[in-house]
Amino acid sequence: MPIRCEIVSQDRIVFQDDVDMVILPGTAGEMGILPNHAPVLTLLKYGVIHVKNKGAEEFFTVAGGVAEVQPDQVTILADAAENVAEISIQRAEEARQRAEKLLKEGAGVSPDVYLQIQAALRRSHLRIEAVRRYRQGR
Amino acid sequence: MASTREMRLRIRSIKNLAQVTKALETVSASRVRRAVQANSATRPYAEKAWKVLIHLARQPGHNVLHPLLAPRTEVKKILVVMISSDRGLAGAYNMNILRFTQHLVKDLPAPVSYVAVGRKGRELLIRRRADVVADFSDLPSPPGFTEVAPIGSFVVGDFLARKYDQVYITYTNFINMIHQEPAVLKLLPLSVTYKDEKQPESISATHRTSSVFTYEPDQNEILSGIVPRFTALQIYQAILSSQASEHAARMVAMRNATDSANELIQSLQMEYNKLRQALITNEMLDIAGGANALASEERSV
Repeated sequence: MPIRCEIVSQDRIVFQDDVDMVILPGTAGEMGILPNHAPVLTLLKYGVIHVKNKGAEEFFTVAGGVAEVQPDQVTILADAAENVAEISIQRAEEARQRAEKLLKEGAGVSPDVYLQIQAALRRSHLRIEAVRRYRQGR
Repeated sequence: MASTREMRLRIRSIKNLAQVTKALETVSASRVRRAVQANSATRPYAEKAWKVLIHLARQPGHNVLHPLLAPRTEVKKILVVMISSDRGLAGAYNMNILRFTQHLVKDLPAPVSYVAVGRKGRELLIRRRADVVADFSDLPSPPGFTEVAPIGSFVVGDFLARKYDQVYITYTNFINMIHQEPAVLKLLPLSVTYKDEKQPESISATHRTSSVFTYEPDQNEILSGIVPRFTALQIYQAILSSQASEHAARMVAMRNATDSANELIQSLQMEYNKLRQALITNEMLDIAGGANALASEERSV
């Protein structure tokens, strides 16, 4: 019996399909979700969602969010989510360098901007890491 | 009477004007489409988030309301987020939302501060000596969620700090190309009702499972995580709807301008032709008169 998996971010549906297993990066640790899982609501941290379906595996980066698990359904409300296969490693690398440079120079910026840059850096780190570890055939 | 040269210049400048308004009309039309598309793309998230919220509110033993959900007994200060446009030339769009907001504020039970989104609204509010505490202008069109999220965190932060006891948002609801309507939404405290008229039946009807959830970390922290996101999303949707309305209003205004420019060109052209014809006729008369005079002189010689 498969389980329904839906990953939505504020501006689009990233993924929806019936799958065999989902692994979530919860704030309290990774959680593997199989069909008929007990209902759970959990916050997500920066990390990678694994979606397994008939031997194939897909990966999605997620920049925090909320996941709701029902026996027949996993709904992930992501702050930002991307299919690892769609990430442009070059753009991610550029973004990281930009953010690192800004942070180094950024003695004078306001705390808000500093936090924003930090978040951008974390996102691009996550992307690069995810591509390195999970993209097949690279 | 103006000379033909002056009239030609005038016609040309009005033609240029008509071209500009026509271009603005076309641009606005495509922007409406994009804003509407962006708005409908937020629906899945909004529906799912609403589902989870309802679910949390319905859990047994959920007696202590989260601070973002709890109505406050004493309302001392209110915050209104007003969404307007950065640019003019959009007909009565900005005045409509301002008038609507001021009308609403009159009936509120406490003094009001404003957050202005859009330069025009900010200027109008300041000119009326309203208390504008924050200004988020020059958003791109359509904006990305990340560009709007700071408004949400500002609002939630000030609400939690008890600077304000209620937060409203006034925006322009996009109904269709020729119909837009100012509207108001209460952002905070968020009232999670099982049946909200505004939300379609399908959303509130789901989740009949009575099984008890496990929470990781706990209910309150999840609510702290999800309510601000939902608030930010509501603001995002309101902005997208307003932008669609703004562009539609501008499109109509520009179409009217183009039409009246064309009318003007037509009547000017008519007048110009008449004038030109009159001039030619006069010249012909002169020539004919001159020729006649010459001919009669020759005969008499």
